[in-house]
Amino acid sequence: MFKGYKDLPCVPMTWDTTLVNMTGGWRTYKPILDEEKCNKCYICWKFCPEAAIDVDDELKEVPKIDYDHCKGCAICANECPKEAIEMVEESIED
Amino acid sequence: MVKKVITGNYASSYGAKLARAQVIAAYPITPQTSVVEKIAEFVASGEMEAQYIKVESEHSAMAACITASQTGARTFTATSAHGLTLMHEMLIWASGARTPVLMTNVNRAMAPPWSVWADHLDSVAQRDTGWIQYYCESNQEVLDTIITAYKVGESRDVLLPSFLTLDAFYLSHTYETVDIPDQDEVDKFLPSFDPPYKFDVEDPHLFGSLSFPHQFYMEWRYQISLSMEKAREKILETEAEFKKIFGRSHGGLLDTYRCDDAEVVLIAAGTMASTIREVVDWYRDKGVKVGLARLRVFRPFPVKEVRELAESVDVIGVLDRSYSFGYGGAFFAETAGALYNVPDKPLIKNYVVGIGGRDVTPDTVSGILNNAISLKDKGELDQEIEWIELKEGGD
Ligand code: SF4
Ligand code: SF4
Repeated sequence: MFKGYKDLPCVPMTWDTTLVNMTGGWRTYKPILDEEKCNKCYICWKFCPEAAIDVDDELKEVPKIDYDHCKGCAICANECPKEAIEMVEESIED
Repeated sequence: MVKKVITGNYASSYGAKLARAQVIAAYPITPQTSVVEKIAEFVASGEMEAQYIKVESEHSAMAACITASQTGARTFTATSAHGLTLMHEMLIWASGARTPVLMTNVNRAMAPPWSVWADHLDSVAQRDTGWIQYYCESNQEVLDTIITAYKVGESRDVLLPSFLTLDAFYLSHTYETVDIPDQDEVDKFLPSFDPPYKFDVEDPHLFGSLSFPHQFYMEWRYQISLSMEKAREKILETEAEFKKIFGRSHGGLLDTYRCDDAEVVLIAAGTMASTIREVVDWYRDKGVKVGLARLRVFRPFPVKEVRELAESVDVIGVLDRSYSFGYGGAFFAETAGALYNVPDKPLIKNYVVGIGGRDVTPDTVSGILNNAISLKDKGELDQEIEWIELKEGGD
């Protein structure tokens, strides 16, 4: 990779994307999505500030939470009109 | 080319339009407001093709400009005093992210007590933010500097944000004749912004994220310092190129007037330079060898130019329209710093003037020159720092 100021790009950046930052470990509360209650409105997907909710291209499936990057902010749970997302405290054992 | 009689604020608006700024994010503050009002008119009437973002504060205005710049858009904003100081965090972000945002700052005093008049503390206090700083003397210089500053800031060697400053009311609200160059000539001079790296959904990268002490934070800071050094040459080069096409230039980093054989020189920035020019002529008519060195660019500081000037003069008086409480005005401290390591320094005295918009009249300048000439005769300072035309009161 880079060695010093002569070969660094002039803008502070890396060639990777933000996917390399595993921010899931920051979470205190974990969003658990109840597939039975979910009506696939994808409002949670739209509101997640971390882009940590994935939807399939055909928009057929319930959304999937990407726990490697979800920081546990609970915005999805707050916005879900069906109250299908519950925030559960993380435990050391898990 | 057409000539228009316009204020310094409108000269900024016309400059942004001619430079084809694509994103404008701004928040109104006296005496800057008419800069962005005029641009809003240009955008509303379709004369200017730009996204005009209304924001809730100057901090947000700068954040919007930075991110728009990171997508590859040419961005412009304008502010003054408290607006500029509220941006402080984002100013450092702009240079760190290497976004050549351009801004007009109308120099206005900081409260309390409230004052909307000319004073340089707002912009001088941004010295360490990594912005190139230009101090303008005329409305023509305002318009021309917007066009040249984009070219300097956006060059791959530099990639740094810049602001130009106008003294409140002396330029912001004073009408002067300004040559408005033809759009196609400006287009030829100023190509569109083409950053080496930008936000691109097809080619995503990680921008500005965490850098540990053992990684490259220090090296990225060093790169900014190298680019600031390169900006010196780039400013001179760009001005020379501008002069070839438009027939005007504004004096590079340190704009000297009748300094060649001068024994006493005043260094000053902004509109008071026009008054000093006039008074220098009166003294010259009487055979007194005085001159003016207008500090046009404060960052990067014109170290080489100041050292060359100092080789032949006996006394340098530095006029500061702001004060760093605890020791001297910044222009004085920087000038003295630039000369510390050279042999045969002239005497250097700090004259603190025009604070809070107090008028710097020809009489004020004469008083300063007479004092500086007396120092030359005595060969020593009477005092290092003097506040000029201070009301003393008391018994
Ligand atoms: S907001 Fe609730 S109901 Fe809508 S997709 Fe998300 S989890 Fe399902
Ligand atoms: S808790 Fe926050 S970060 Fe995690 S999925 Fe929900 S909205 Fe996204």
